[in-house]
Amino acid sequence: MDSGIFHTTYEKDMALRRTPAQKVRLVLLIAFLLVFPFLANRYYLTLANQVAIAVIGAVGLNILTGYTGQISLGQGGFMAVGAYSAGILTARLGMPWWGSTIAACFITALIGTFFGIPSLRLKGLYLAIATLAAQEIIIWVVTHWRALTGGVDALVVPDPVSFGIRINSDFNFYWVAWSIVGIVTIAAVNLFRTPYGRAFIAIRDQDIAASVMGVDLFKYKLLAFAISSFLVGLAGALTAHYRNIVTWERFTIDISVLYLAMIIIGGLGSITGSYLGATFITLLPAVLTNLGRALKSTFPAIDSVLPFIQQATFGLVIILFLIFEPEGLNKIWKNIKDYFRLWPFSY
Amino acid sequence: MDLFIQLTLTGLTNGAILAMAALGFVLIFKASDVINFAQGEFLLIGAYVTFAMLAQLGLHWTLGLLLTLGVAVALGVAVERLVLRPMIGEPIISVIMVTIGLSSLLKALVSAIWGNQPKAFPPFIPSQPVKILGATVGEDRLWAIVIAIFMLGIFSVFFRRSREGIAMRAVADDQQAALSMGISVKKIFAWAWSIAAATAAIGGALVANIVGVGPELAGFGLRVFPVVILGGLDSIPGAIIGGVVIGLLEAYTGGYIGQGLNQVLPFIVLILILMIRPYGLFGQEIIERV
Repeated sequence: MDSGIFHTTYEKDMALRRTPAQKVRLVLLIAFLLVFPFLANRYYLTLANQVAIAVIGAVGLNILTGYTGQISLGQGGFMAVGAYSAGILTARLGMPWWGSTIAACFITALIGTFFGIPSLRLKGLYLAIATLAAQEIIIWVVTHWRALTGGVDALVVPDPVSFGIRINSDFNFYWVAWSIVGIVTIAAVNLFRTPYGRAFIAIRDQDIAASVMGVDLFKYKLLAFAISSFLVGLAGALTAHYRNIVTWERFTIDISVLYLAMIIIGGLGSITGSYLGATFITLLPAVLTNLGRALKSTFPAIDSVLPFIQQATFGLVIILFLIFEPEGLNKIWKNIKDYFRLWPFSY
Repeated sequence: MDLFIQLTLTGLTNGAILAMAALGFVLIFKASDVINFAQGEFLLIGAYVTFAMLAQLGLHWTLGLLLTLGVAVALGVAVERLVLRPMIGEPIISVIMVTIGLSSLLKALVSAIWGNQPKAFPPFIPSQPVKILGATVGEDRLWAIVIAIFMLGIFSVFFRRSREGIAMRAVADDQQAALSMGISVKKIFAWAWSIAAATAAIGGALVANIVGVGPELAGFGLRVFPVVILGGLDSIPGAIIGGVVIGLLEAYTGGYIGQGLNQVLPFIVLILILMIRPYGLFGQEIIERV
């Protein structure tokens, strides 16, 4: 009977997957992801693709907010930059979809870094308000720079095609999106084993101590904004190619709130948490809709109140999680694992 | 010149309403260091409850307003007790997020009860246009200015003279010291939230009188941020002056430049103020800088 997980060699301590159980779970997850598209119908594939995009965005935001401690309410704006850059480069300049996606990531990283400059002077609450302003300014520019973005009208993006295959059908996009999720996950997990990631965590835990120990706050905070916005831009660009259409309504402050909810409910400062939170928040409205359909025979009026129930549940879930489990789903997951590992001697 | 006077009047009246929403916001921040993202929803609820009292129940406006204030106070106390008190001592992001969750919940409640369609509001303040110096402005808009000034007066007296007001200032200054002097910090927080909800309700009733009720009234929640940052997050006069300045700024840019610039300029001002003078015009200079 063990009382905890202890590592006896450096190799083991540095490994990403440390226990046999973790390796088994990873293999099971990958196997599930590989089999899933052959079993699921279009509806579930669409949901899976939405989850994939949300995971990329949530990992991006978690790097900034969860790991570096810089609260951002500008997520929606940065996603808009990614989506519009990708859309415009493909629709107007005829770039291939992968080219415009990569370019969109770098453009978003640049804009994100620019709006990260106030973080050098402000923190906490004031930074949150500054990023809120960034969100409003970006959306205003998007809706008013008609020559570039088409203003409030939707921007139509041509189908992404590679080797004669249209990749934004639900089935094909699944492979693209989840491969990217895999790359992003490996990159993000490894980021926090490098000096850069360690510096981010040091800034979050105690910025003054970090700076005394030689962490250049100026450099690393902007770097955190750049890396985070890069991934957020990627999520935005993928949305543009997947949906064929970019409208500003998809990137309002509500989206910023949605992504913040994902990483808080999932678990701040945890990649697994980003996965769990993104999945939970993306599936929540779908589950409620299905529940509403199932209950329709008993309560015929449920259709008209469903949007309100969805919104109210969203708010309630945030409040309840913050009050009862502030460390999020990741903590619940850990508790479940611990319970079974130590069972039946849980004390 | 006529345009100038017209814009000034519009700006002043819009500013007065913004100031009313900002007052409650500042009050909560002053007492408990909480940024309330649900302030717009408080305004929304104030407007809808007034609408229910006057239009749906057909009460006289004095009684209706009093009942609305009662509902607002109850809401403030309930929110403080159920949602904010468990958050004491939690990191800033949790506190911000819990008020965002609250705003989503309240908005959904309002839509579930009253629907999403804008509704006409039975005016309890006459809204006939009045001519001043060649400009026309609705009478209810002028009342907004009067009420804002009146509220500022009440708040000043409250904070200087009343027991609760002084206790609130003590709590804002140092919670531990206040506790050791026998002040109930919990009670003060409940006071702050209920007064904030009540001022927002008055603001909401006024806006409803001017433009009618609809879910978009919650938008005031975001428009408050430039106001409070400009005036200083913890300054009551700052909220009023910030409201007027932002209101005028919006009116002038809207009238002279147009292009929807009036929607974004407040946020540009916000970022500039944050970079140059984060504590605002009248705020206390105790801000954590990096």
